[in-house]
Order: sequence, then structure tokens, then C-alpha cells
Amino acid sequence: MREEQSEKMTLTMESHSRNEAFARAVVAAFAARLDPTLEELEDIRTAVSEAVTNAVVHGYREQPGEIRLEAEIQGRTLRLAIQDWGVGIADVEKAREPLFTTCPQGERSGMGFSFMEAFMDRLQVSSFPGKGTRVEMEKRLGAGEGYGEG
Amino acid sequence: MEYELIGQNLVIHLPEELDHHSCQTLPQDTEQCLERYRVTRIVLDFSGVSFMDSTGIGLLLGRYKRMRELGGDVALYGAGRRIRKLIRMSGMEKLAQVCETEADALKR
Repeated sequence: MREEQSEKMTLTMESHSRNEAFARAVVAAFAARLDPTLEELEDIRTAVSEAVTNAVVHGYREQPGEIRLEAEIQGRTLRLAIQDWGVGIADVEKAREPLFTTCPQGERSGMGFSFMEAFMDRLQVSSFPGKGTRVEMEKRLGAGEGYGEG
Repeated sequence: MEYELIGQNLVIHLPEELDHHSCQTLPQDTEQCLERYRVTRIVLDFSGVSFMDSTGIGLLLGRYKRMRELGGDVALYGAGRRIRKLIRMSGMEKLAQVCETEADALKR
């Protein structure tokens, strides 16, 4: 068992929409060290995409800004944090409700937080209006599959 | 992203990575097609999509609302297990006719 070992990475990127795919790819490459199943990898990629898209679309309202992505592997647990310094969320509880969206054009589904919650084991959202938003997520890989060494 | 008109069907061939970035122009592009041609059904082709996030759900919802206004409907085909799961999780499976092939999805 190597539960105590920890590996970390931090990525800082501009709030450009093309970085949504970039962030997914980086986290997928990092998480690959845990030899995830295809489904676990899809879950992680979706959750990262939702969090980074939220930062681009809602946090910065598609204006320039900085997004920081932190990832940590400890044992078989992947922890992620996506931080922006944008407008923040006035009511986090409301924002987390399925189908809730502030998008006036009706092009956003309001399912972002629901997907993050469904695909990760833990989701925590801290936000302050005018200061920004930090989304923390955690997923334990190979849960219930009896992973062994080698 | 490619748009194809087959009869009164507007077929939208969705990109491999379906996210906010890759679909930014889809609403306006679709609207232009709807203004220019008589379209009674939008057919979303998911057969080339290998990744999708909730953007895909918003896209489906947006097209459903628009086609309902016009008295038309939406169908989709080529969606793999993962995409069907996301649609089901969002409760959107009733918004579009889910088909296996393009031929099944087209309104004749």
C-alpha cells in the first residue's frame, strides 16, 4: 500500500474557451497514473470540463481572466480544485440545483454542477460575489473493484 | 461542424469534442439555416462525438424549444452509451426521438 504518497500539479491558464479541452486533457493525463477505467476517465473529463466552462462563461462572462487548476493524487484518490477570480455566485445552493441557469439565451442546460456531483465522489463550491469561485472535487478510483499492485 | 439539408431535415453533424468552445457558433448558424430554408426537423448527428459535457444537453434543449416554436421537432442518432446516459440523467430523453441511424432519424 502506498496510500500516503502524494503527487501534485498546478496549471494556470487564461479564461479562453479553448482551454476547456486543454484542461480536460491535462487532468486526464495526470489521472492516467492511477490507471483509471475508461468510464472513470470520462467522469473526470466531464467534471473538469463543467468546472472550467463555468469559470469561462459565468465567472469571467467570456472576458479575459485567469483560471487555476490544481490536481493531487493521494493513494487512489484524485483531488481537483478549479479557481477563478471572476464575478462569483450569489447563491451557491440555487446554482447547484439541476437545470438552474442564469444564461438568458437558454443555450446552457443548468446541468453543470449536477454532472460534477454525479461523476465525482465529493463536490464543494465556495464562492464570494465579486471575488470569485473555487470548486473542489474528489474521486476515488477503482472503488469497489479490488485493485491490487501490478 | 457541418450542416446538411435533406428534404426538410436540417442535419447537424456534431464535432468530436462537443463543448462550449466547439459549439459557440451553433445557435446562430442553425438560426440562419432556419431562416433560409423550410425545416421541420432538426437531426443531431452524434456519431462522430467522442466527448460531450452539459453543453450538449443545452444544445438539445435549445433546439427543442426553437423547433417547438416552429411546429417542428428534433431527432438524434449515433449517440453512444455515455451520451445517452448524460441525456437520460438530465431528463431530456423525451425532447428528441433517439434513433440508431440517420435513415431512421430523417422525417420523410
